[in-house]
Amino acid sequence: MPGQQVQTFQLPNGLTLLIEPMADVQSAAFSLLVPAGSIYDPPDQAGCASVLVELLLRGAGDLDSQELTNALDNLGLQRGESAERRYVSFSGATLAENLPAALRLYADIVRRPHLPEDQFEAAVAGSEQTLLAIEDEPRQKIMVELRRMCYPAPWGKPSEGSLEGLSNLSMPTVQQHFQRCFRPNESILGVAGNVDPVEIRALVEEVFGDWAVLPEPVYLSGPRGAYRDHIEHESTQTQIGIAFDSVPYRDPDYYSAWAAVGVLSGGSSSRLFTEVRERRGLCYAVYAGLTSSKDDGRVLCYAGTTVERAQETLDVTLQEIRRLQGSILNEELDRCKARAKSSLIMQQESSSGRASSLANDWFHLGRVVTLAEIRGQIEGLTVDRLHAHLEKYPPKDFTILTLGPQPLEVPNAVS
Amino acid sequence: MQFHEARLNNGLQVIAELTKSVYSVGVGFFVKTGSRDETDAVSGVSHFLEHMAFKGNDRFSADDVNRIFDEVGAKYNAATAEELTMYYAAVLPEYLDRTTELLAALIRPALRQDDFDMEKNVILEEIGMYDDQPMFVAYEKMMQAHFEGHPLGRSVLGTKESVSALTSEQMRGYHHDHYLAGNVILAVAGNCEWSEVLELANKYCADWPAGEPGRTVTGHQPHRGTYLIQRETTQQQHVMHQDPAPDAVHPLRAAAELLSVIVGDDSGSRLYWELVDPGYVEGAELTYQEYHGAGVFRTFFNGQPDETEPNLGRVRKVYEKINREGVTEQELAQAKSKVCSRVVLSSERPMGRLESLGNNWIYRNRYQSVAEDLAQIRAVTTAQIRELLAAFPLAQTTTVTIGPKATVAWK
Repeated sequence: MPGQQVQTFQLPNGLTLLIEPMADVQSAAFSLLVPAGSIYDPPDQAGCASVLVELLLRGAGDLDSQELTNALDNLGLQRGESAERRYVSFSGATLAENLPAALRLYADIVRRPHLPEDQFEAAVAGSEQTLLAIEDEPRQKIMVELRRMCYPAPWGKPSEGSLEGLSNLSMPTVQQHFQRCFRPNESILGVAGNVDPVEIRALVEEVFGDWAVLPEPVYLSGPRGAYRDHIEHESTQTQIGIAFDSVPYRDPDYYSAWAAVGVLSGGSSSRLFTEVRERRGLCYAVYAGLTSSKDDGRVLCYAGTTVERAQETLDVTLQEIRRLQGSILNEELDRCKARAKSSLIMQQESSSGRASSLANDWFHLGRVVTLAEIRGQIEGLTVDRLHAHLEKYPPKDFTILTLGPQPLEVPNAVS
Repeated sequence: MQFHEARLNNGLQVIAELTKSVYSVGVGFFVKTGSRDETDAVSGVSHFLEHMAFKGNDRFSADDVNRIFDEVGAKYNAATAEELTMYYAAVLPEYLDRTTELLAALIRPALRQDDFDMEKNVILEEIGMYDDQPMFVAYEKMMQAHFEGHPLGRSVLGTKESVSALTSEQMRGYHHDHYLAGNVILAVAGNCEWSEVLELANKYCADWPAGEPGRTVTGHQPHRGTYLIQRETTQQQHVMHQDPAPDAVHPLRAAAELLSVIVGDDSGSRLYWELVDPGYVEGAELTYQEYHGAGVFRTFFNGQPDETEPNLGRVRKVYEKINREGVTEQELAQAKSKVCSRVVLSSERPMGRLESLGNNWIYRNRYQSVAEDLAQIRAVTTAQIRELLAAFPLAQTTTVTIGPKATVAWK
């Protein structure tokens, strides 16, 4: 994959700027990560970062709430902002010529937000509505709860917070969260698209260069959740969530772990789809995916099925996960490689995809991985390496959560 | 970007928009059939058939189909709607031949009995899955109520009962009548040569049976109606409105698209400022959907059950004001920026262009370039928006709500 050039700049205040020019697109995109996510929420006020994000767009710099939204909309910016666990994340994509003006507005948003007190109630109400909406989406609810069980605190807790946390929250806490956490050191800005790196760099130095460094805030760590649980829920389907430990993105074994999960659930010829859906018709949706915080990797699996088929679905899914060890075939690995190759090449058609990968790589690795390097890593995988990985990190100690009208039996042998 | 078109002797329409400036190529078969073309006896067959397509033909087994798509690293899927069934994939150019061969095989599936029996379970699971999603339940009820007596009121998924009762013979009959070459469009977007597209079309589709089932398109004037589905386990009250809007060939289509952004985009719109910004709802949006011979403005929002009546009133106020006063120049300019930027961003990927290419041909029998799309959006005036609102006022014509409430004071 020739031609991919990523430029990296470190501002003296610690902000990292990553730029990938893309000549074949008309658009440009950015991903800005500020290390102020929900892990820094006071434990009894979970949802603080989420409310802060609701408030950040309600006026900044010289613009009030409506003026700021109008200014972003006039640039045609397709945007998103959310509190994640480690970071508050801002992303946007638009025609390349509008990107510099958008970045100027974001400098105001992260450095000079008004955080209007009279909007606090509305922002809390918005966050509460988000939590209640998750309750009405069983497929989303189970994954939120599964994550809470299988990651240590605060990494497992939902970034949206909790209704209880929101009810304890006060405006001064939100302001403190902003003052304590929003800082250039450890912030990451990825920019990709039809941009001039010289111009972008000068602009970023101008609008972020004098942003003052702050000490890294502390957060409280805690234990993980239970290994088994059932949530009573009157619904047509039973939702099944299964998690087990794997390796994080920065681990040398990561690509082996990725491919092993790919064999399990990487395409429609993968094992879960074939055995659970195609051969037995047990469900419409079944999948597994590798997720990673900075220090911990987990494989999270999902299946949704009607009550009478739920037990068999759980049994077959677990059986397929356990069967992975020592059984992977060359052709299965080859298919993973083919899918990876095409995804990597197609990433070059998406400025927002690249901007987000740049920032994400920097967070996990402290460097940007080129598409050619990923391709090299993937081409270097062998069945033996995958088997060695599974020997070192065998799928075991499963966390199993069900949500539905009745609990399921978990065979003792799997724990 | 270069556009090409041809028609095979059997009537298959081939269209392509080709460029060297992307890395991949999107290819898709758009079949002009969907739930509106069904009868009561086969409700849900279009969607079930779309699943059965992936079970392969005499040459490719179901396992082959799944395996080969993965071997070529395809990003692929299929979808069934009220008036369209599509099968599509994005691949690297060197795999276009193999992928087209496989997609073409999907269009003429074997429909084996044992596959049919097994896949029926998957469809029933899919129906179960949607039944647990309040907004989807509201959508089903909405289409049925708003289009009562009109083919667009037919459910895409069908019901547990209709799907359970469906036989493979009925599916064969439906396939025989609707999957005719004249009813299918082969669309290609991205990095390849037109000569290759033509060669592939001839190689894999020339022996398909000719014919075109046609579709009777009639207009529809919905009655005003309100529908309440009580579901005590639901936390929020989910509400949906539907109003008539321009159909797919109406000259005010672009105006309708822009109006939907001004009224109901997910941020910065009138509904956003009235309902989302103050925290009254989790989300509120209005979208414009075009069909053959009909169109709808569809509004949805979800919030605290106790706030349902005030929220209905807030939406009504937004609608009455815009019907009366139209939109401002500033709002329109802003909506144009948003829509133009979306058009450009989506056009950068062959899959984005493929969808636009196929839809334009299905609904309007014409090609429209990105530049033409943008020009059409930029040409809309506030006067046209007024004209649109005079013909298609926002009026909460049909309302469906699902949630814990036992009664709703509608007005």
